[in-house]
Amino acid sequence: MKLHRLGGLILIVLFVGLGLLLPGWSRFLLTLALARGLLVLGVVLLMQAGLVSFGHGLFFAAGAYAVGFAVRDLGVRDAFLVAILGAGAGLGIALCIGPLLARYRGIFFAMLTLAFSMILYGILVKAYRITGGTDGLRIAPPAFLGWSSPEEHLGSVLYLFTLAATAGMVFLVFQYLRSPLGYTMRAIRDNEVRVEYLGLSVSRALYLAILLVGAMGGLGGALNAMSVGHVDPNLVYWTTSGEFVFVALLGGTGSVFAPLVGSIVFEFLRTYAYKYIPYTWQMGLGLIMLAILGFAPGGLWTLYELIARRMSGWTWSWKRGA
Amino acid sequence: MDVVLETRGLTRTFGRVVAAEDVNVQIRSGERVGLVGPNGAGKTTFLNLITGYIRPDRGRILYRGTDITGLPPRTITRMGIVRSFQIPQLYPGLTVLENMLLAIAARSGRGMDFWNPLRREHEVAEAMELLAAFNLADHAERPVGELPEGGRKLLDVAMALALRPAVLLMDEPTSGVSTRDKFEVMEVLMEVLRRSGVTTLFVEHDMEVVYRYAERVLVFHSGRVVADGDPQTLFADAAVRRAVLGWE
Repeated sequence: MKLHRLGGLILIVLFVGLGLLLPGWSRFLLTLALARGLLVLGVVLLMQAGLVSFGHGLFFAAGAYAVGFAVRDLGVRDAFLVAILGAGAGLGIALCIGPLLARYRGIFFAMLTLAFSMILYGILVKAYRITGGTDGLRIAPPAFLGWSSPEEHLGSVLYLFTLAATAGMVFLVFQYLRSPLGYTMRAIRDNEVRVEYLGLSVSRALYLAILLVGAMGGLGGALNAMSVGHVDPNLVYWTTSGEFVFVALLGGTGSVFAPLVGSIVFEFLRTYAYKYIPYTWQMGLGLIMLAILGFAPGGLWTLYELIARRMSGWTWSWKRGA
Repeated sequence: MDVVLETRGLTRTFGRVVAAEDVNVQIRSGERVGLVGPNGAGKTTFLNLITGYIRPDRGRILYRGTDITGLPPRTITRMGIVRSFQIPQLYPGLTVLENMLLAIAARSGRGMDFWNPLRREHEVAEAMELLAAFNLADHAERPVGELPEGGRKLLDVAMALALRPAVLLMDEPTSGVSTRDKFEVMEVLMEVLRRSGVTTLFVEHDMEVVYRYAERVLVFHSGRVVADGDPQTLFADAAVRRAVLGWE
């Protein structure tokens, strides 16, 4: 357990340092990667219970549009308040659709999440007067507890804000996965009948997981929206949701850090692929995915585990607990 | 002695198959009851009905005088009626110890705890004690998938015991356990149950095990209870032996 804390601390110091040293454009990519990493973390969390969410853009867009409305209609500009509103919007949606989702498994769960996300997409595109349609909404730069950052430092401040929020959520998920409820998720994937025969409620465990994932996704959407300064319906289009699943597989499910690693690698991969092979970048990503599935089916994290095991015989694998 | 569990006119059919027909049974507190009969006689169905896995077409199930008919397994489990399975129902992705700890967490009302770790010192100690009783302590940190069939079977029973049941239903607790270890395991199991005064029903095909460990035997045939009594008297009954147990 102490090793985990130390590792987490080193990572935070490393990321703070990176944010200060990196040029603006890559710090921006890193900010987006962290915000989107929260969505990927949610996808991975549900995968623990054997569920694949193919509509994660739903929570992403809920958080992002909550920010858009709050800034435009309520005049809220405080980043903390905006982040809470985003998480609240994700949580609210999860509260409503969770009871239904918790009853489905396998392909039905995936399709149901997809359906809900596409319904929101349709609403966002059609309700032009409220949502701005496909043009979306512009978001003014946030303030921080009454303090407005100078223009040239805003990127760094938003990066640190996003880093802090992400670190907090990662810690929460870390605790969750080591708890009885976290283990119940894996038990549900293995054998639902025995979970019920231990006197535990499968549907309640899944509902709670969906709530956590929804709030976390909403927060990720809000953080993303603040940095980009703009929201549009593409956030909830099915390709965005597919991307989260893609990144989940890329990073792997071996640790709470794996989704973030996957998310960071993906943002940079996409940027460079777009730069050097602008007409075939999607094919490039496809080939990388094939390579991952072929040589490291557990995602990039398995490569790390391999190296770590060679070097010292311990890993941060959550399968071993603390 | 007071009646803990009672069924009244319990009936259930699957298509044309009558899995339970007018089963009337009273189980008294602390009894150790063996359920015997040929394959398809309705023994497992009886356990499934009591624990709420399937619902009866007709009839009622009473636990300490309360009607529990139609309640889901989770509620019945929480009331104290716990079962183990003929084919071990475990979590292969978790280690042996984690399987046990999850059962203990569920019993202590920590099933929905999302903050404190599953591994707590006193709960690990409790789990290890139970595992040691079944000779599984050395395998504690191994994934369940690596355990031999006999070991999985014992773990299944150990998880049921970790719930500290008032009534324990076991579906062939020693099938898959080697003949050499069978009696050793039953000895340990029955000792634990005797000490804690757990009312026990167990389905068993090995008549020697039944003879030695059951105080009372229910003989099932085609969904009915056709004989009920202590093993000495029952097994001496030529009709029961021939028709139901297949002995000459």
